[in-house]
Amino acid sequence: MVVVFFPQLLPEMARHVYFEATAMIIGLINLGLALEVKARGRTSEAIKRLIGLNAKTARVVRDDQEIDIAIEDVQRDDIVRIRPGDKVPVGGIIIEGRTNMDESMLTGEPIPVEKQIGDTVATGTLNKTGSILFKATRVGKDTALAQIIEMVKHAQNSKPPIGRLADIISAYFVPAIMIISIISALLWLNFGPAPTIAFAVGSATTVLIIACPCALGLATPMSVMVGVGKAAEAGVLIGNGEALQTASKITAMVLDKTGTITLGEPKVTDVVIANAKNKAQALQYAASLEAGSEHPLALAIVESAKEEGINPGEVVGFNAIAGHGVEGLVDDLHIYFGNERLMRDKNIEIDAYLQQAQAFAEEAKTPMFLAVDGELAALIVVADPIKEDSIAAIKRLTANGLRVVMLTGDNRATAAAVAKKVGITEFYAEVLPQDKTDKIMALQMEGEIVGMTGDGINDAPALAMANVGFAIGTGTDVAIESADITLMRGSLHGLADAIAVSKATLKNVKQNLFGAFIYNAAGVPIAAGILYPFFGLLLSPVIAGAAMAFSSLTVVLNANRLRFFDVNTH
Amino acid sequence: MMIVNLIGLLAIGLIAWWFWFYQPTTVSAGEGGIVITVDAGSYTPAHITLAAHQATTLTFLRKDPSPCAEVVMIPSLDINETLPLNKNMTVSLPALEPGEHPFHCQMQMYRGVLNIK
Repeated sequence: MVVVFFPQLLPEMARHVYFEATAMIIGLINLGLALEVKARGRTSEAIKRLIGLNAKTARVVRDDQEIDIAIEDVQRDDIVRIRPGDKVPVGGIIIEGRTNMDESMLTGEPIPVEKQIGDTVATGTLNKTGSILFKATRVGKDTALAQIIEMVKHAQNSKPPIGRLADIISAYFVPAIMIISIISALLWLNFGPAPTIAFAVGSATTVLIIACPCALGLATPMSVMVGVGKAAEAGVLIGNGEALQTASKITAMVLDKTGTITLGEPKVTDVVIANAKNKAQALQYAASLEAGSEHPLALAIVESAKEEGINPGEVVGFNAIAGHGVEGLVDDLHIYFGNERLMRDKNIEIDAYLQQAQAFAEEAKTPMFLAVDGELAALIVVADPIKEDSIAAIKRLTANGLRVVMLTGDNRATAAAVAKKVGITEFYAEVLPQDKTDKIMALQMEGEIVGMTGDGINDAPALAMANVGFAIGTGTDVAIESADITLMRGSLHGLADAIAVSKATLKNVKQNLFGAFIYNAAGVPIAAGILYPFFGLLLSPVIAGAAMAFSSLTVVLNANRLRFFDVNTH
Repeated sequence: MMIVNLIGLLAIGLIAWWFWFYQPTTVSAGEGGIVITVDAGSYTPAHITLAAHQATTLTFLRKDPSPCAEVVMIPSLDINETLPLNKNMTVSLPALEPGEHPFHCQMQMYRGVLNIK
C-alpha cells in the first residue's frame, strides 16, 4: 500500500508492488485449502458409512395396523416389523418369526446369524430371509449402532501420546513464527544488501507465509481418524488414541480361555456315576446349585438338565467359592460341586476317580466333582469347543513376534490340552480371578507390554491392569465400555487386526510428524534467507505460498493412504 | 536505524505480552449455559467463567468454514466434538471442581479457557 500511494517514501529499487505474487499466494492457499477439505472428507468415510447403516423409517404395529414412521419416533416397547431385505431400525427382541441376519456391517462376521424368538436384533443389521416382529428395547442413543458411532467418533478425535510434542510446539508456534519474522526483517535491515527494505519485507512475509502450523496440528489427528475408522470396519472398536498407540507396542498377549479361545458354550459330555443313584439325580443336584450362577460351565449344567427334562430343586444356603466351585443344601443334603481343590479342601475322597478325571482333562474337557453329604456322588464332565479360527489367529499372533500366554481357572490337564491344540506353549492353569492381575503384573515386571483379552465382565480387573485391555464380544451385544479395545466379533483374528491397524496408524503418524517438523524446521530458516549469504538464494513468497498450501494437503493425503491398508495381509 | 530496531524489539515484546501475559476479560456463563461463536480464527468469548459444582452446557456455533475450526477439544474433560457449520452443537459439562480447563481446535490455533470458580 505504501508503494502504491507513497512511492516517493521508498528507494527506487524497493518500489515493487508484488500484485501478481499476492494473487498467486492467495490463489495457491485457497487451492490447497479446497483440496484439503476434499481429502479430509475421505478421512471420515468410515464413520459416514456407519451412520449410513441407520434406517430412515421403521414399520411399527399400532392399533393392529402396520405403519411406517421416522426412526426418531420409535418408542421403547413398540412392536416393529422387519421384512426380508429390511435394515433393522432399532434394537430389540424377536417375538415372532425366525430369520437370518447379516451382522457383518457391525461385527465383520460374514456369515449370517440365525435368529428366532427371544434373540436380539441390532440396529443397522440386515434381515436376509424371514419376516419377523420384534419388541423395541434399544432406541435412539441406546442402540448398539449409536453407541458404536459415538465411540468411534470419540476415538477419532482423541490424540495418542505421540501427538503431544506436536501439541506443545503448536501452542508456541504462532508467536514464535511472528517473532522469527521480525528478527529476520531486523537482520536484513541491519546487515542485508541494498535495497534492505525490500529484502526485509520479503523475508518477513515469506517466513509468515511458509510457516504451517496446520501440517503439524493435522499430522496426528488425520491418521488417527482414518486408522480408527479402518479398525471399526474390521470389527475392532478402539477406545482412544492412547490405546491405539499402546496396541502397536504390545509384546505379550494374555488370553483368557473360556469364551476367548473357546466358544464359551460348554456342554455336558459325560457323567460318571460314583455314589449317585443315576445320571438324572446327579444332574439334578448339580443343576440346582448352578441355577443361580452365570458362569459358562454352570450354564452348561443347567442346559443339560433342561434337555433331559430335569427340574432343578430349591437351594438353601448357596455359596460360591471363588476358583473352587459352589455349595448349598438341596433336599436337606449338603452338596459340593466343583474342582479337585474343592474336594480336597472338604476332605472328600475322590482318588478312585482321579485317573478318569485326568483322562477327560487330557481331552481338553473339564471334569467337575459332585459330592453329597461328604461322599463323591458323580463326576460331571463338560467340554467347551475351541473356536474354529482360534488356532489360525494364535498362529498369526506368534508369527508377528508376540508372546502368547493363556490364563484359565480350569485344571492344569484341561488347560494343557487346550493350549496344545491351539499352539500355545505358555499357560497358567487354576488361576483364581483375583490372581489374573498378578500374572499380568508379573509379565509387566519382565518388561513386557501386555495386552489382555477377556470377556470384559469377569476379567475386568485384569483388563484394567494390562497395558491394553481387549474385550471380546459375541455378536453385537458387546461390552463397549469395558476395555480399551472391543472386538465386535468373537474371533481372535480381531487381536491381530487391531495390532496391525495400530502399527500402520502409528507409522503413518510418525511419517506425518516427521514431514511436518522437517518442513517447518527447514522452510522457516530458508524463507528467512539463511541460504542467501552462502549461495545467494532467496525463497520467493509465491513458492512459499505453494509449499504452505500443499504441506497440510500432503499430511491429509498421506493419512488417506491408510484407507487402503489391508488388515488381512498382516 | 536505531529507531527501526527499537520498534522491532517493541513489536517482539508486544507479541510475547499478547500471547503469554495478556489477561483477557472473561465472560460468565448464565444458568442456561453460554453460546460460543467460532469465527474468524477465534472463539468468542474465549475466556469463560463457569460456576463450580454445577452442571452446565456450552453451545458452539461455528461460522468459520475453515477445516481448522471443525473440532473443539477439552482434553482435561475428555471432550471432543465435531462442530457442524452454521449449526449449534451443545456440549454438556458435568459439575466441576474449581480450576481451569483449556479448550481448543485440533491444531490449537483456536484457543479458549473455561475458568471454574
